[in-house]
Amino acid sequence: MTAEVFDSGEHPVGVIKNDERVRLREGSAVLRISDSEATSITEKRSTAIDDPSEDTRMILNMGPSHPSTHGVLRLILELQGETVERSKPVIGYLHTGMEKTAETLSYSQGATNVTRMDYASPLFTELAFSLAVEKLLGIEVPPRATWIRMLMCELNRISSHLLFQATNGMDLGAVSMMIYGWREREEVLRFFEKVTGLRMNHNYIRPGGVAVDLHDGWQNDLKRLLEIIPPRLDEYDDLLTGQPLFQKRLQGIGVLNASEALALSATGPILRSTGYDWDLRKDEPYLAYDQVDFDVIVGTHGDSFDRFAIRLNEVRESLRIVEQILEMMPSGDYRVQDKKITPPPRARIDESMEALIHHFKIFTEGFHVPPGEIYAAVESPRGELGCYLVSDGSSNPYRMHIRGPSFVNLQTLPHLMRSGLIADAVAVISSIDPIMGEVDR
Amino acid sequence: MSDSTVDVSGQRVLHPGVDEFIDLVTELKAEGFNMVVDLTAVDYSAFPNREDLPENVRPERFEIVISMINHQTRERVRLRIQIQEENPVAPSLFDLYPGTEAMEREVYDMFGISFSDHPDLTRILMPEDWVGHPLRKDFSTGQIPVQFKASKAKR
Repeated sequence: MTAEVFDSGEHPVGVIKNDERVRLREGSAVLRISDSEATSITEKRSTAIDDPSEDTRMILNMGPSHPSTHGVLRLILELQGETVERSKPVIGYLHTGMEKTAETLSYSQGATNVTRMDYASPLFTELAFSLAVEKLLGIEVPPRATWIRMLMCELNRISSHLLFQATNGMDLGAVSMMIYGWREREEVLRFFEKVTGLRMNHNYIRPGGVAVDLHDGWQNDLKRLLEIIPPRLDEYDDLLTGQPLFQKRLQGIGVLNASEALALSATGPILRSTGYDWDLRKDEPYLAYDQVDFDVIVGTHGDSFDRFAIRLNEVRESLRIVEQILEMMPSGDYRVQDKKITPPPRARIDESMEALIHHFKIFTEGFHVPPGEIYAAVESPRGELGCYLVSDGSSNPYRMHIRGPSFVNLQTLPHLMRSGLIADAVAVISSIDPIMGEVDR
Repeated sequence: MSDSTVDVSGQRVLHPGVDEFIDLVTELKAEGFNMVVDLTAVDYSAFPNREDLPENVRPERFEIVISMINHQTRERVRLRIQIQEENPVAPSLFDLYPGTEAMEREVYDMFGISFSDHPDLTRILMPEDWVGHPLRKDFSTGQIPVQFKASKAKR
């Protein structure tokens, strides 16, 4: 029995064969043995304890606070000597019930909550949430707000990928890379601090636009960024990409093909590393991505090296987009001029009774959103980040669900690690680039 | 095959029954919907009068929401499946789309909806010995008493 994953069109043909299906079921996140198997093992143990062939299989626990697991990811590994047979990610150590919390917060408070999910790229979660709310409200944000959002998101993609370069280097023993990656990321965060007031967890993109306009002289700060980062990326190439040691640690490690990636719902650099060209910025353009020129980076082998190279080159593409935004940034309002949604400027409150009422209503009760359900998706540095929102007409979301790319991508881990060495497990975890705040939410 | 509606953004929403949605997903897969992007659930017990369902679909307490995407036509479709409160069981999509494994476990953990034929239906986010399903509307926040101890330090 075979099942067509996709058959025609511009994308390659991929077919899941039956043995692959069995492998998926066996090796997926299943690391449990049946009762009969367990009794037979314990019976054998009691009779032939000294049989050395029984001791070759070992279950090893890794994490949840291992330095290479990017937070609190725990792995159960089944080892045959040094080879990883099956593995299972155990998550939930960072679960704080943010989806439940979102039901008690109003729509204007919601962005503060969601920004804490993916703490390496907080602006994307804010964007997905805001787009969903705006779709339900049926409002269109002014062009300047759209372009500011795009600028900030691309910068955030750069900072997130630089963070990946830093941690990936550190995981593989290129410890100096960690310092360099953080150094360049800090430059981007400094720009964020000037615009939003915060380095992380910005609460900057809100339903109806952005919180504040860009500061005076933002062009110069941005030009400085555009001067600093490209030569440093070339330094990374010298330090990592061309190095035989680095290549040997990554090439051919953690290989996934396109049909497996699609079956496992993997998105972002993991899907693109298999040579599959899919990027929501190109394929389902949101914001104003159809007006800027950039390339989608795809890999060929689907291994850890491709995922590394894709992220490095996506930084270059994002810089290209930022350059164009610098030229094309429109003027005008930075948030929608709807009194029911946008709080009035501070000065208006002193002189207008109506402004005071609107201000009071927005900050005590919040604005009401028409009943309905909606799904909005954006391309975060880790893949498709979606927000599913259900409104019952009140000022709080009835249900808010974030489709976290890290959460879904983590399912590829057992497949990538299968039959690899335990020493490569670290390289594989790192190449998925999971952010546990988003996995556990 | 099943009733279809359109949401405010123009996306197609299908409303299959719980016993027929596997067939529908199989059909959609053959049509070219090559990825299940998202699978989640909603507990509608505190919002009984929703009006966005077709007339012949009986609203139930739970609803499983599945987002699928067709990469060739760049089309998305959403499936909303009504799940009874008395018998919250749905068939698993694992054999068609293995990527739903973690998402179905999350729904099981958060809503207590079981998926038959799922390879490893256990809690994923909450501790294994947790009682209750947090995203149900009758699971209120602040249910767990927190004990604060006064410090004995002298002032």
